[in-house]
Amino acid sequence: MKRLFALFPITIAGILGAFLLWGLNPDRDPNEIPSVLISQPVPEFDLPPVDGLDTHGLSNTDLVENDGSAPIVVNVFASWCVPCRAEHAVLTRMVRDEGIRLMGINYKDKPQDARKWLDDLGNPYERIGSDLDGRAGIEWGISGVPETFVIDGAGKVVFRFVGPVLGDEAISKMRTALDQARAAGGEAS
Amino acid sequence: MIRRIAITAVTLATLVSQPAFAVEPDEILADPVLEERARAISKQVRCVVCQNQDIDSSNAGVARDLRLLVRERLVAGDSDQQVMDFLVARYGDYVLFNPPWKPSTYILWVAPIVILGLGGIATAAVLTQNARRYRKSRKQETERGASEERNPENHSLTEPHA
Repeated sequence: MKRLFALFPITIAGILGAFLLWGLNPDRDPNEIPSVLISQPVPEFDLPPVDGLDTHGLSNTDLVENDGSAPIVVNVFASWCVPCRAEHAVLTRMVRDEGIRLMGINYKDKPQDARKWLDDLGNPYERIGSDLDGRAGIEWGISGVPETFVIDGAGKVVFRFVGPVLGDEAISKMRTALDQARAAGGEAS
Repeated sequence: MIRRIAITAVTLATLVSQPAFAVEPDEILADPVLEERARAISKQVRCVVCQNQDIDSSNAGVARDLRLLVRERLVAGDSDQQVMDFLVARYGDYVLFNPPWKPSTYILWVAPIVILGLGGIATAAVLTQNARRYRKSRKQETERGASEERNPENHSLTEPHA
């Protein structure tokens, strides 16, 4: 019994140490809000096109009808968002080289600003929904812009990325999610 | 004298002044009962941008949108619980300052009680052991004292040297 008591502090220290070690993990981001959307169908929303722009608007039905050969990426962006500008080039390249279908949600943006932004940088989006009051953003559970979602062939959300898709780490995470979406799409069809 | 008045004035001003509210006048509902409920709900919902603030006191854009949404749902006739469920469905349990009791949070709720219990047991064990040891040493002392009294020649330290 006495020997058992002697082990007691060591056990406590061990548990505490393991907990602290877990906390020290540099890959752990305590600010990260786990998305409830992962493995869930895309939320319901229906957005009109950006006023004065030729690109069609976006609703959840556009994201469900997909054979899975080209995963859909939904990108929430705004002209007033500086990181979006940097991310734009990466997304454009992904559309060109990796065969993704890029859909945009233009978050709380003035139509004329959005048009000018797309004129300046180019428009890689297949469809863009204009979310003037941010209500669709809430349906997607976003906390800011930019945010990017990967949707598989069955219209389920596979991956959510908060912040600009920039740098090798972010891009490789995106690629993994895209492969996952392609695999899931293959099963569904 | 002037200085004292100035200090008093500043102190009073600090005490009397209210904290700045994030809730803007155009958000406030006409119905005071609903508004009261909206405020109560907002105080329990975490802002997803500035994560240690509730949406009631946050100036972030999303927080304002969520405040408006809460009020909209209440006006539409939702119960407090329905409003909460609506938010949790979109942002997860993460937005609740008061986490629910469910398998993934059992550790969170039970750990403090368990740790307090273990601490209590450890303290009790140490204290009883100490008490036992103390009683034992007291007993030994009195026994030794008694035997020394019987054989005073053994006792060299307390006796003055001749």
